[in-house]
Amino acid sequence: MASLRINVPRVTSSVLLLAGSILLAPSLYGQAVNSCLDCHSALDGPLQVTPEKFSQDIHAQKGLTCVSCHGGDASSYDPDQSMSRKAGWKGKIDRRQIPQLCGSCHSNPAYMRTYNPSLRTDQLDQYHTSMHGKRLAAGDTKVAVCTDCHSVHDLRPPSDPRSTVNPVNVAQTCSRCHSDAAYMKPYGIPTNQFASYSVSVHHEAMVVRGDLSAPTCTTCHGNHGAAPPGVDKVQNVCANCHAFQAQMYGKSSHFKAFQEKGLPGCVVCHSNHGIRMPSDAMLGTGHAGVCMKCHAPGDKCDLARSAILGNLTLLDGAIKDADQSLRLAESSGMEVSEARLAQDQARDSLTKARVTIHTFQTSLVDADIQAGMKIAAANLKAGQDAMVERNHRRIGLGICLVAIAFMLVGLWLYIKKLES
Amino acid sequence: MIAALIRWLDERLDLEGLIAPFKHKTVPRHRLTYWYFFGGITLFLFMIQVLTGILLLLYYRPGANEAYESVQYIVTRVQFGWLIRSIHAWAANLMIFTAFVHMFSVVFLKAYRKPRELTWVTGMILLFLVMGFGFSGYLLPWNTLAFFATKVGTEMAGQVPIVGKGMMIFLRGGPEVTGATLTRFFGFHVAVLPGIVTVLIAIHLFFVQRQGMSVPPKVEAEWTANPAARREMKFFPNFALRELMAWYVAMGVLGALAAFFPWNLGVKADPFISAPAGIKPEWYFLFMFQTLKLIPSKVWFVDGEVLGILGCSLAGLLWMLLPFFERDKAARTKVWVTGISIFALVYVIGMTVYGFLAN
Repeated sequence: MASLRINVPRVTSSVLLLAGSILLAPSLYGQAVNSCLDCHSALDGPLQVTPEKFSQDIHAQKGLTCVSCHGGDASSYDPDQSMSRKAGWKGKIDRRQIPQLCGSCHSNPAYMRTYNPSLRTDQLDQYHTSMHGKRLAAGDTKVAVCTDCHSVHDLRPPSDPRSTVNPVNVAQTCSRCHSDAAYMKPYGIPTNQFASYSVSVHHEAMVVRGDLSAPTCTTCHGNHGAAPPGVDKVQNVCANCHAFQAQMYGKSSHFKAFQEKGLPGCVVCHSNHGIRMPSDAMLGTGHAGVCMKCHAPGDKCDLARSAILGNLTLLDGAIKDADQSLRLAESSGMEVSEARLAQDQARDSLTKARVTIHTFQTSLVDADIQAGMKIAAANLKAGQDAMVERNHRRIGLGICLVAIAFMLVGLWLYIKKLES
Repeated sequence: MIAALIRWLDERLDLEGLIAPFKHKTVPRHRLTYWYFFGGITLFLFMIQVLTGILLLLYYRPGANEAYESVQYIVTRVQFGWLIRSIHAWAANLMIFTAFVHMFSVVFLKAYRKPRELTWVTGMILLFLVMGFGFSGYLLPWNTLAFFATKVGTEMAGQVPIVGKGMMIFLRGGPEVTGATLTRFFGFHVAVLPGIVTVLIAIHLFFVQRQGMSVPPKVEAEWTANPAARREMKFFPNFALRELMAWYVAMGVLGALAAFFPWNLGVKADPFISAPAGIKPEWYFLFMFQTLKLIPSKVWFVDGEVLGILGCSLAGLLWMLLPFFERDKAARTKVWVTGISIFALVYVIGMTVYGFLAN
């Protein structure tokens, strides 16, 4: 008769497996059931939302589900139950309701604090002050709402490089509407902003140099609506970054003149979206020149312009001459690092002079130019002195080598004499 | 007057007796005699190093905050400071070069054989110490290249099993390369190494003087076959004057290098920046550096770098014991040693050139 043997390890593991299954079942069930995603992932077109897409969404990552925005009962596969108005199902959110829906959480500081205490909660209020918000309130549903810029169902935080509102992508996001001539036709505003911005110095800083602090659309125009603090007009926003230039311009004769004529400050000379790297040529009379668009040849301002341009060119040339002289000395092995360092001061003076131009006072610009000229001249002399010193060294070497050669010949003759 | 002074000293110190051995001493004269000069040139360059080193000490200040500035002061403000510093730096490199030439000439002329084993061993120790001079002196200007070269070099020392970590801490004066490392290297460079090297040079020269110059086996065989062909010259003054000529040539080369290629000061070291791309050690460490680079990161279960460092150390030790592997009248051993020597020379030159050209 076969004996009844109890396999203790097998029984123990079976019991543990069963207990584990019982304990984990509710949570597994809870995670698995999302009838919204199960059905919508099988749909085509705009109704399709796959679990893969939704898993990228910051809201999903924070534990929110479809129900959080759309209501309904995601635990039921019965459409009558899952999409029941009684269960709070809202269906597709009406565009006019989207800002309010997002704001129901994002305007609640106490609620948002549980997720991200540093996130602002005034976006909805700001949006109401924006052109987008005002038009939406007036019934224009073509204007941008939250989801147009931030995307939906795969909404990523702005710090994510793939986010549509990451600084690098903001201009592209705005351009989806603002560069669409047909879409923008009813509003009668230009659609070349993105094209202009794409060749601007700001775009280069942002995209080519990867400087995320460089301005993009929202930096000047505000994001959710309000312009940056202290800025009454978008044309004055430049002062937020270019503070020195703005202060100088504010005290200049141009400020008053531009205001009287209703001209938009910085933009008059520098343009707006397509702003290029400023150069001394802007003071010239060529294609890039800006002064002569308003001033008459030979007038007082034209003469001042010409003098400033001449002095800037002079300092620029003096710095380049000193650079060349120091480079030559360095390539000859001469130690000119102190003068090299001082060249940075000369360059700083040139930069300062270019900033001081915004005062439109030749005397102030000249003061910076003269300071730079003095340093550049000293550095040029340092380079030239180093080359003179190099030549002295070589002459000294030549004399020593001749002496050594004589000594060698003398020694050789002496040795020959000894050995003869 | 001078003759009277010499006579006065001779009466008291027996100067004649002191220099008598040098007057009787002879040097073999054959087609390879000129190789004998490289030892003397290395000695001359060492003396230049001592002299210029003392002059640099008058202005140099060790310390992370002052070293670079003091060297900058020497080369820009001190009269002929640039010349002294450039000669010190160039003579250091030339000294290592002539020491290598001297070492390989001794190998190929078979001058290391019995009874000169100890002369060879002291010479090899001197070569290692001279490279130590180069390594410790390289850091003293406290520029970027020196800082990172020292960092890499001491890290390599840290790879040696068991004692490596402790050795690295000892060399650096802490876990990182800091001002403490600079002070320590300064101490090695101006006190410890010169003391040891001076004593070893004295011993090395004593051996050379006691044993005389070695004659290469081929020349010796020719002379044995034809005793009339044997030629010699007096060490003093004939050989000494020739050596003096070689020293003058070395001086001319040094002066030309210092005038045409003053030693670069570089940029002050900044411990917080990353190492410059493609950083390499000085040329005399390049063959070892390149060897380490070519070894895979793992060889079987051993770390590649550890294996490389142990391999280089073992090769250096075996090379130092070279005379003890050679047996009298063992033709096969001689062929084997010659083969290894040619391989070593080609390897060192090849790897150095490869190291220079490699990215």
